[in-house]
Amino acid sequence: MLTADLFDYIQFKFRADGVNNYPKKLNEFLEKISSIKDESQRIEILVDYADKFSNPSREIAEPPYPSACKVPFCESGVFVWTIMQENNTPKFYFAIENPQGISAKALAVILDRTLSGQPPEQILNVDPDIVYKIFGQELSMGKNLGLSGMVLILQNELKSLMEKGLKN
Amino acid sequence: MPATEELAEVIEKGYAHPETLVTTEWVQEHLSDNFVRIVESNEDQLLYSSGHIPGAVQIDWTKDLNDPVKRDYLDRKKFENLMSRNGISNDTKVVLYGDKNNWWACYAFWVFKLFGHKNAAIMDGGRVKWEKENRQFTRSIPKYNPTKYNAPERKDKKLRAFREQVLEHIERHLPLVDVRSKEEYTGERLHMPNYPNEGALRGGHIPGAENITWSTAVNLEDGTFKTADELNKIYKDEHKLEHNQEIITYCRIGERSSHTWFVLTYLLGYNKVRNYDGSWTEWGNLVGVPIEK
Repeated sequence: MLTADLFDYIQFKFRADGVNNYPKKLNEFLEKISSIKDESQRIEILVDYADKFSNPSREIAEPPYPSACKVPFCESGVFVWTIMQENNTPKFYFAIENPQGISAKALAVILDRTLSGQPPEQILNVDPDIVYKIFGQELSMGKNLGLSGMVLILQNELKSLMEKGLKN
Repeated sequence: MPATEELAEVIEKGYAHPETLVTTEWVQEHLSDNFVRIVESNEDQLLYSSGHIPGAVQIDWTKDLNDPVKRDYLDRKKFENLMSRNGISNDTKVVLYGDKNNWWACYAFWVFKLFGHKNAAIMDGGRVKWEKENRQFTRSIPKYNPTKYNAPERKDKKLRAFREQVLEHIERHLPLVDVRSKEEYTGERLHMPNYPNEGALRGGHIPGAENITWSTAVNLEDGTFKTADELNKIYKDEHKLEHNQEIITYCRIGERSSHTWFVLTYLLGYNKVRNYDGSWTEWGNLVGVPIEK
């Protein structure tokens, strides 16, 4: 069985297309997930990512989570925190209230693994429509809005932190 | 609690067709019953793979029930194949459940009825209730021997409404039930709250339609259906829907309205209810049709 960890480990030859300027890790992930034509295998991998999800430690946040961190339009009750690290790259944390929010859990792990620690400018370039590349074109409209909202709020928080940093 | 007592519990709720609703306990008691096939149908494509009721198969609303090219449902041959590969015979009792208060389970139930499958039921409360009761989920994908399933050609006429019939319905001043949110009904929104606009150019509702949101039929705490008395108060007393009237239900793409279609037809015994699956994504884009706000 192809697990999330093994999937991360597989080295694909990175094909820079020159069109987007996404973080390299994300591009590699998107390339790998797009190469999987067997849908059941793709779902299996995504479920395995979801299994890796855990809510943040109490040092980061504890329930009840503040509504300011909540992803709008997401039915799974997703919260996002962005913390700037010493090397000026962000670390993202996610909390998910709905135990059935499997797609949200999978995406949270993927976003953490591919965007945390990456250059902020590149993270801001990411098109929220990557959720279609990850979950497939048949993603329902409700799921699309909730999942792409996770990318958007993460970018908004990052942008806000960057602006504050510039002012300081 | 023995399964027979559970059936009695459904009967006590006063439904017109209690055989079309089963409790989670009943499902638990019939997990190994060869004459029963449990079917999960969800909006979230990862949910089934992340865990499902032991022995349950999955029927996907887009890949399995819709035609892959045109906006329509699968044909007889494909339905027969779908049944066969899921080990469903003509006399199998199919029990459907899923996420989102059984929207997609009811939608699948409706498609099963288009092909005349007689013995079908909904698991009251759906996936959420099963989970809240800490019942078992498994990731094991069951394998069943293919069956020989003989389906008739799909019969849309009694259960499905098309746009021409909706226009005729308006002219005859017959009841239409718009099950969307109030904001969608009034045209304030082109889509349900928290959902994106999915291609409707105009907002509002079909002239003469009553707004009875689908969720008024369920108990919010556990997702189960309200009793027949409670449902009759809503549909018959408050909204004056009569049992022998021709009624058309609609929403945005036909999934929420199949939920209300199920309530009216099987829980309350209305016998002339059709689901307009073109719904607002068709009506809100049609040239020249009347719209009210």
